[in-house]
Formats: sequence, C-alpha cells, structure tokens
Amino acid sequence: MFYWSLIIIVLGIYSAYIFGKSRIKSNAKQLDIKTVSLPTYYAQYMMVWCLLPALIVYFGWIIFENQIIQNLVLANFDFELNPTLNPGLLIAEIKNVASNISFAEGKAIEILNAAEHYSSLKFTSTVAFYLSVLIFMILGVMIASRKLQPTFRAQKSIENYIKYFLFFCSTVAVLTTVGIVFSLLFESLRFFSEVSIFEFLFGTKWYPYIPIREGQSGSQGSFGAIPIFAGTFLIMIVAMSVATPIGLFTAIYLSEYASPKIRSIVKPLLEILAGVPTIVYGFFAFVTVAPFVKTFGQSLGIDASPTSALAAGLVMGIMIIPFISSLSDDVINSVPQSLREGSLGVGANKAETIKKVILPAALPGIVGAFLLGVSRAIGETMIVVVAAGTAPNLTANPFENVTTVTVQIVIALIGDQEFDDPRTLSAFALGLVLFVITLILNIFALRIVKKYRERYE
Amino acid sequence: MSNQYSHEKIIQLRKKRSAADRRFKTYGLIATLMGMAILFFLLFTIFSKGYSSFQKSVIELEVSYDQETLKITSDSTYEEQVKAKFFRVKKNAIAKALPDLSKKDIKLIKKMFSINVDKEIKEYFLNNPNILNTTQKIFVTAHSDVDQLLKGNARRNIEEKKRKLNDRQLEFFDEFVSSGRLKTKFNNFFFKNADSRHPELAGIAGSFVGSLFTLMTVFLLAFPIGIGASIYLEEFAPKNKFTELIEVNIANLAAVPSIVFGLLGLGILLNVFGFPRSTPLVGGTVLALMTLPTIIIACRASLKAVPPSIKEGALAMGASKMQAVFHHQVPLALPGTLTGTIIGLAQALGETAPLIMIGMIAFIPNIPTGFTEPSAALPVQIYLWVESSERGFQEKTAAAIMMILIFLFLMNALAVFLRSKFERKW
Repeated sequence: MFYWSLIIIVLGIYSAYIFGKSRIKSNAKQLDIKTVSLPTYYAQYMMVWCLLPALIVYFGWIIFENQIIQNLVLANFDFELNPTLNPGLLIAEIKNVASNISFAEGKAIEILNAAEHYSSLKFTSTVAFYLSVLIFMILGVMIASRKLQPTFRAQKSIENYIKYFLFFCSTVAVLTTVGIVFSLLFESLRFFSEVSIFEFLFGTKWYPYIPIREGQSGSQGSFGAIPIFAGTFLIMIVAMSVATPIGLFTAIYLSEYASPKIRSIVKPLLEILAGVPTIVYGFFAFVTVAPFVKTFGQSLGIDASPTSALAAGLVMGIMIIPFISSLSDDVINSVPQSLREGSLGVGANKAETIKKVILPAALPGIVGAFLLGVSRAIGETMIVVVAAGTAPNLTANPFENVTTVTVQIVIALIGDQEFDDPRTLSAFALGLVLFVITLILNIFALRIVKKYRERYE
Repeated sequence: MSNQYSHEKIIQLRKKRSAADRRFKTYGLIATLMGMAILFFLLFTIFSKGYSSFQKSVIELEVSYDQETLKITSDSTYEEQVKAKFFRVKKNAIAKALPDLSKKDIKLIKKMFSINVDKEIKEYFLNNPNILNTTQKIFVTAHSDVDQLLKGNARRNIEEKKRKLNDRQLEFFDEFVSSGRLKTKFNNFFFKNADSRHPELAGIAGSFVGSLFTLMTVFLLAFPIGIGASIYLEEFAPKNKFTELIEVNIANLAAVPSIVFGLLGLGILLNVFGFPRSTPLVGGTVLALMTLPTIIIACRASLKAVPPSIKEGALAMGASKMQAVFHHQVPLALPGTLTGTIIGLAQALGETAPLIMIGMIAFIPNIPTGFTEPSAALPVQIYLWVESSERGFQEKTAAAIMMILIFLFLMNALAVFLRSKFERKW
C-alpha cells in the first residue's frame, strides 16, 4: 500500500501539472489575452490541489484505518460477559491467524471467524483507499481548474502556499515538543493512577513487578525511584569530576597557550572524540575500563562490582570532555582582548591573568557549559546500559553497582510491552522526570550563556 | 616598613610567580595530552580487538561426493542436486577428518565445525557439478570456539571445565594445525551475512542495509523540513511571540536526551499512528525529529552567510521575494546546508537508544529489503553483540565499531570536502 500509493500520487500530480499547463495556454489563446502569471505557476497550482486532497486521504487512512478495523472486529466479542478476554492480545491473535503467521488449527471458532472478518475488512479498506485517493485527486483538480483563467494571480497564491509550507516546516520542532510532552504526560498519568506520585518520587524501594495473582505473597510491586535517581546522580558526579577539570584545562590551554598549529591538530581530534557514538564508549567501558576498575578496587582491598558506577562514570566523563572543552573554548575566546591586555599591562603573568581575570569574566559561560554537560550525563543511555548495573542500589560507593533512569527505561521497554502494566508505564514516568530535569538545566544554561554573550557584545 | 620589598625578595617572588605560571601551563598541556591519549587508546583498543574479525578459521576436509550417498546420478536435474543428501556426505567427511576416530571422538570433532558446513559442501558441488564420484579437498568454516582459540582470543592453559574445547578437542586442534589443515582466510561472512546466533556466521550486512534505509528516511524527512524551517525563520518569519517560541524550542530540542525521542516514537508513532514496529520507517522518522535542530541551526548559518546584496539585486530586478530567495539565496547556501545535513546524518547513524525504544532490537537474521520491513541498525547490532555472552561476538563487536567509525569518518570527510570545494568567501 505504501509504495503503490506513492506511485499513484506522483503520477497524479504529474498529470495535473501537464493538464494545468495545457489548459491555461488554450484558455489564454481562446480569450486572446496574456496570462497574469507564467503558465508554470498555473500548473503548479493544479499540482498543489491534486496533492493536498491525496495527502489528506493518505494520512487519514494511516491514522484511522487500524483503529476502525479493530473496533469493528472486536465489536463481535462481548467483553462484559467474558472479563478474562484481553482486547490487545485478542486482536494480535486475530491478526496472526489472518496473516497465516500462526496456524489456524486448534483455534476457537470465534477467532477464525474474526480473522476472516478482519481479512475481508482489510481488503475492503485497501480498495476503498485507492478509490478515494483517486476520487479526491480528481475532485481537487476539477475544483481548482475553474480558477484556470488568465486573469487569476497564480503566482501569488502559489507563493502563499509555499509560505504556509515553510511555516509548517518550522512548526515541526514545536509539534515534536508537544508530542513529547503529550506522550510522556499521557502515559505517566496512567502510571500515577496506579502508583501514587509520592511513592514514586520519595519511595526508596524499586521493585517493578506487580503480582500476577491477587494476594500473591512476597512480590508486592514497589515503585520508589529514589535509588534510581541516586544512581544517576552518583554516575553524573563521577563523570563531571572527570570531564570538568580535563575539559576546562584543555580549553584554557588551547585558547591561551597553544600555537595555531597545535590548535589545528588538537581541535579536529577532539571533534573526533565528540563524534564517537556513545555505544562505542559503552563497549570501551565494558571491555577495558570495567575490568581495570575491578582490579584497581581489588588492589585497594575493595570488592568492586564488574558493572561499577565508577567505570560507567569515568567513560561518560571521557565522552563529555570534548563537549565541555569546546563550549568553554568558545566562552574564553569571547572574553574581550582588552581585559587580557589590561591585566598583562599591569604586570600579571599569563597564569595570573587567566586565573584572576579571564576565568572570573568567563565564569557564567563556563557554568552554562557545565550545566549542559550535566544534562548530557543524566540523559546518556548507551554507556550506562552496557556498563552500569541494572539492579537499584542506594549507595554512595562508586565501586558498587548502581542503576540510572535511562537504564530503567530501557529495561522496562525492551521486553514485551503491555501498556496496562505499571512496569511498562513506569518508563514514561521516568522519561518525564528525565525530560523535565534536562529541560530545566538547558533553559537555565542557555539563558546564562546568552546573558554572558550579551555582556561582551 | 613591612610592606617594603627588598631586591632579593622581589626576585624570589618573581621566581615563584613564574613557577606557578609554568605549572599552570603544564596542567593545561597534561589535560590536552590526556584527551588525545584517551582517544588513541580508545581507537587502539577497538582496532586491536576487532581486526581479527576480518579473518575466519577454516578446516580442510576431504569430501567424497559419491552418488550412492548423495542419492543422485550424473544426469540429475539441478533441483534434484539441490535436494541431494549433502548432510550424509558431511557426516562421512567429518568422521574421517582425522584418522582412527572413535564414536565419541566423532561427536567431539563434529562440534569443532560450523553448522554451515553442509551448505558450503553443497555450494561447492553446485558450482562444479562434474565432481560427482570424486573426492575433493575443501576448506570449510570452523566453529567459533576453534576460531577464537586459533586467533589467540581464547586461552588454552586454563582448567578444562572453563574452556569451550576439552582436552581431546585440543589434541584434534593441534593435529589440524600441525598438518596445516587449519588456517585463517578472509571472512566474507562478516560482510555478506545478517545477524546469526552463531558468531562465526554473523555479519553486518543486515544491520548495514537497515542503517542505510534508516538514514535515507532521515534524509528525506529532515533535509526538506530543515531547509524549509530555516528559510522561514531567516526570511519570512514575523518578529512575534510565536517565532520566538519556535526559536527557543529548537534550541532546547537540540539538548533533549535521545532516549526521550525514543519514547516519543513509541508513545505517538507506534501506539497512536500505528506505524509498523522495528522498521527503518519509524526509526528514521524518530531520528529525523532528533537531528532536525542540528540541521536547522546549520542551515540558518549558511543562509545568513549569503550576502544580502544578492537577494536585493534580484528584488531590484523585479523578482518576488519568494523568487529572490529560492532562485538566488538558497542555491548559494546549498553546500552549507548539505554539509550541515551530513553532519546531522552522521549523528543519526551512531544513535542507538531511540532505535531500541521503537523495537529495532529484535533478532533479524535476514537482510531487509524495504522501509517497512523489520530490520536492525548498525549501532543496535553493536549493542546486541556487546550484550551477548558468547566470546566470539566480542571481536565482531569491535569490528562492527570499526565499520561504523569508518562510515562516520567518510561522512565527515565528505562534509569537509563539500565545504572546502563549494563554500565561497564573500
């Protein structure tokens, strides 16, 4: 359906273009006047009016087709009579039977009937889809072709359409944010209808399993996220205590001491470090750093876990070094030269100038870079998924095994997802926390950096 | 007076101050060198672990293709040949792999060969059908455990229980090696196979094609939308609250953790719009939304770099604003926008977490052929192999990382090339 409809739509708009061009030319010839706009604009006008209805039908179908067919199929089942039936599982089974994935033998007769019903509805829907795409395209062209008069300002309206399109493009970013907020909030609300928000934010026991039977002893699910937040925080602290000094000193060296030649070598290398995918850092942490940390811990007499917070944090710090150094480099470079010269002029040497004049002047920008680094560390996923632990653990010992928000999201969603299970939904609640915290950090950091830039411009 | 400095004191103080200056400079140098050292150590680790994956171990077998065992004759059709009993030929060949093998030995030695051996014996025959009733010496793929031992990735001088191969199998191994029948050759499987449960057969072709489809989706969505958005914001947007909202939004979206985009894909694209799960279409859409801010920021910078005199010239000649922008400004900014898009694509190529969220983590043993087919992607493949406990996958992981780094390098080189070739200084 995907490829064929694409071909139909492309052919449709191409013929609309040809039709529009020849029609406006013949219309103009008949009346013996010149067209207001060039003939191509009329043809483009027809194209737009052919494409728009087709797209509306297309997306309408994509969004509603499944829902409507499922509801029609499930309408034959009485869920009130049969409370054990799960609509989601049922529809999956019906679909499997209909597409011959699972064998039809041994299934209940209702399922077989429903599968047949499903297939026939699907077929009807496909035929109806093609027909309505064609009809809507033709209708659009017919309505628009009434405007094919030489006096019609086609260029102006085409340019307006383009402007609307450009506007739409720029709203995609806003729509994305709205989509993120909507999806996170919606699923989180479902989660909080089953788990109290206070338990989630202040509970200290994370055990995301809901008993299968009522009254099953010893396995009461518990969703206190404090150990997860603490683990995230611990790894972030380790990461930032690696990244901040190295990144900042690199930036100072590059912007104040290094010759242009060294700069031109080191900067691209740092960019390579910044461009390495995080899963690669995860592998590095897993095969090299974690065993090293384990033996290091043993040599100190500490029993280090193979997936320690230290290993993950160290590697995450490495990942953030280029981020901190390039942001701080920009900030230090934008400190006005006059401040530097003034300090050197009264007899301070370079280190004193940097420590007493440049760094204080650049401090807001550096704090901004630091905050952006923190937000990265909190949101980083692959390093911790590979190199940090999965079990929640409330500890401040970096040699122990801790887990993070992102790891728990991945764990909750990696297996079978059931959207009425708090275990799956907890991922969205954690995602919401993650989104809100990183958003606050970002807004704050961007504001600081902006204020700082304005001061020196 | 106490605050009066003597000459010596001043000299001493200056010495101290310049020592502090030198120290400070050294700290900077050390930090920079540490960054570089880490980069080289990282690359060294990956290359030293991964290069052996481009070789595979093969064992020479004497295969007798006699027609009774195969149950075909010299005038059998191709279809009959395909269905011939090659597994029996293989069984016989393995039983005679070494002289004087007991029944127990045969069981052990069988485990030293890949399960792909039947296929290789069959392919060899189908390529040269006139070898019926002859005995051929063919190199067939060894099991991953043998492979790892030969490459030195697995140790042999540890307890028997902790080894994959037991003492008797080690004897066979040594016999194969000393007679020159066990050797390594170029690992074509790594480049032409999709994922597999067996390390010696697993390859990156499937995930590579999946990544290609995903990146194509990203490009088709993010490039037009990114250019459109930046043209609007640079040229047509009125200065009002909504425009400001869009700008703030783009800046903040650039720093939203990628995993949140995965949740968006799962919550909206899969659950509300019913997109097909695990497909490059969904993965590409999510990554396009994620890279959009990067692309918009780069595109706006390159649009801004085109001098206004060009646009004004067009306007003065009677062009409409739309014509001035699309006929003059955009073509001149195109190299810059392409560069920005390629950098965005490079970012999308390495992104893993959102793809895991939308289910591109399933085990897919075949190469995908379309946008709406379940498939893997290179970084997710790496993740799957990292998590695998089988030793043979570790070198595969490193080798797959080498491939992804090479592609990232090529993409960035292309971006730099485009920039230096087409960018004009005004």
